[in-house]
Amino acid sequence: MKKTYGIEVDCANCANKMEAAAGKTDGVKSCTVNFMMQRMTVEFQDGADKSSVMQEVRKNCKKVESDCEIFI
Amino acid sequence: MNRKQRIMLIRIIVSAVIMVALSFIPSSGALRFVLYMLPYLIVGYDILLKAFKGIIRAQVFDECFLMAVATVGAIALALYERNGDYTEAIAVMLFYQIGELFQSYAVGKSRRNITELMDIRPDYANIEEGGKLRKVDPDEVETGSIIVVQPGEKVPIDGIVTEGESTLNTSALTGESLPRDVHEGDEIISGSVNMTGLLRIRTTKEFGESTVSKILDLVENASSRKSKSEDFIAKFARIYTPAVCLSALALAILPPVMNIITGNAGGWETWIYRALTFLVISCPCALVISIPLSFFAGLGGASSQGVLIKGSNYLETLAKTKIVVFDKTGTLTEGVFEVNGIHHSSIEDEKLLEYAATAESASSHPISKSLQKAYGYPIDRSRVFDIKEISGNGVIAKVDGKTVACGNEKLMKAIGAEAIPCHSIGTIIHIAIDGSYSGHIVISDRIKKGSAKAIEKLKKAGIQKTVMLTGDTRKVAESVASELGIDEVYSELLPSDKVDEVEGLLERKAKNEKLAFVGDGINDAPVLSRADIGIAMGAMGSDAAIEAADVVLMDDDPEKISKAIRIARKCLTIVYENIFFAIGIKLICLVLGALGIANMWLAIFADVGVMVLAVLNAIRALFVKKL
Repeated sequence: MKKTYGIEVDCANCANKMEAAAGKTDGVKSCTVNFMMQRMTVEFQDGADKSSVMQEVRKNCKKVESDCEIFI
Repeated sequence: MNRKQRIMLIRIIVSAVIMVALSFIPSSGALRFVLYMLPYLIVGYDILLKAFKGIIRAQVFDECFLMAVATVGAIALALYERNGDYTEAIAVMLFYQIGELFQSYAVGKSRRNITELMDIRPDYANIEEGGKLRKVDPDEVETGSIIVVQPGEKVPIDGIVTEGESTLNTSALTGESLPRDVHEGDEIISGSVNMTGLLRIRTTKEFGESTVSKILDLVENASSRKSKSEDFIAKFARIYTPAVCLSALALAILPPVMNIITGNAGGWETWIYRALTFLVISCPCALVISIPLSFFAGLGGASSQGVLIKGSNYLETLAKTKIVVFDKTGTLTEGVFEVNGIHHSSIEDEKLLEYAATAESASSHPISKSLQKAYGYPIDRSRVFDIKEISGNGVIAKVDGKTVACGNEKLMKAIGAEAIPCHSIGTIIHIAIDGSYSGHIVISDRIKKGSAKAIEKLKKAGIQKTVMLTGDTRKVAESVASELGIDEVYSELLPSDKVDEVEGLLERKAKNEKLAFVGDGINDAPVLSRADIGIAMGAMGSDAAIEAADVVLMDDDPEKISKAIRIARKCLTIVYENIFFAIGIKLICLVLGALGIANMWLAIFADVGVMVLAVLNAIRALFVKKL
């Protein structure tokens, strides 16, 4: 199950860091952040609850880049 | 410029003005410190805040942290040395912020430019209700509904014209500037712009399945598929920053300690200053931004030319392409067949054509269409049953109770009829009725106007080998190949043979040479996905091809292939330039900084200046019109 979210992040390196942080979140199988399109595509693990996983993803991303935003 | 950027600009200007003014006001001691802290904090408070937050969350090594340590360190050094030279710290912060501002502005701007190029998303569809037009979300229109497209509007959903005549501008889709005329009964693809007349269209697909959605999907997801260079840079940045930070630490501590051990003066100030310079240089921004930006601009530039590339990784492969394999029909030739002769018929020519056209009536192959066209009358499908399609060989069907076999010589052999070979060049359809040979029909295809030039351009672009695969006979294949100047030909192939041939070619080539397969998407989806890179042309409307291919040419001009390759090469050149340039300058500055030759001013140039230049260079990838 894949879903794409809009994000807001200012620098490309921060986007890379968000990608890494989101990818490590439980329930996330893989994650790609597209800095140019300001988009994050998350592939969830089977049976994961999307909204609660995304809350975690947002929390983890804010940890590495306080200025970022994910529009869930 | 958005609000955030405008505020930043004001902060930068205010801070710069104060700094210049302060240089004319003589001051000293604590007052001087307080005065100079004013511009520093104005321009850099958010960086300090972020760095602080980062430390709390154990996320050191981000650029805010680096900048904060470097500038605070420089200020501390100035305090310690009592020379009151705070300008350096302020300047570093100031230039860093200018760089950030420029980056976010340039990236935002190019993002908008590129999305505008592909501005084909329809906002609404018109539905007629009680004589009035109502605008609805295209997503809500069901298949089979009638929509109205007024002049000047975009066609929102694929469909068939039921009423009206008009001229369509398809340039956003195909890059082709020549307008297309449509009449009642014509198929029409979404994303084109209606120019002259009112059209009523019966939709044949949902919005999500329509051409325009597919293209948008493809373009928007393209930069998510990352290339090797992008992965390399991401990994590099991950190692690079901590490595430089540790070196900075070593640089600050080791030499003075060595000095003290050997009995000399420590020289802490000098070495700490050099370490701080190191930190300023260490920000990996120029690299991390310019590489994806180059690819993004390359993809955007390509789509403006009607070449859709599904990802940066394919751009990379395309640039390394050395062998181009073509499918013949519909790719190098028009794929429009005409009946050019009927020979050796044992019955009336007309009758033979009628049998052939009727037997082939269920097939969507271009050959069957040309038979029907030559026959000229509507076909009564109730006369035909038991249709057996023998892939690559032909069709056997019962027409008016007679067993009609139409196909190539292999088919004739299989049913035991003796075919009379033909001397004409073209596709020969042999026909046997009730097992006895009844003659053949010659169908030939025209070579596309641009084909010869396309091959020539590919050769000029450094393609080592061109290959043509076809299910057609050897004679036809060789005549086409020699006319176009193609190096190798493989003929009389079944669809599955094409995959085998491509696999053979893949095995024989050198590892770093890539093989591209160009097809029109009919019957060659497996080959498209098997090749290193699959290019589908004229594929608008063919979903299978859009899905299987890595590169989609929106019109069917074969010259676009060499263009796509040149766009890819230009983009890759820019990427490599940026990688070498950015890493090179940084390494040089690091060495100069360690030796004490480069001061903080040079360091900030190495950071911001390189980034600005790299971004400007990246944007060059967008300009591909003249390639």
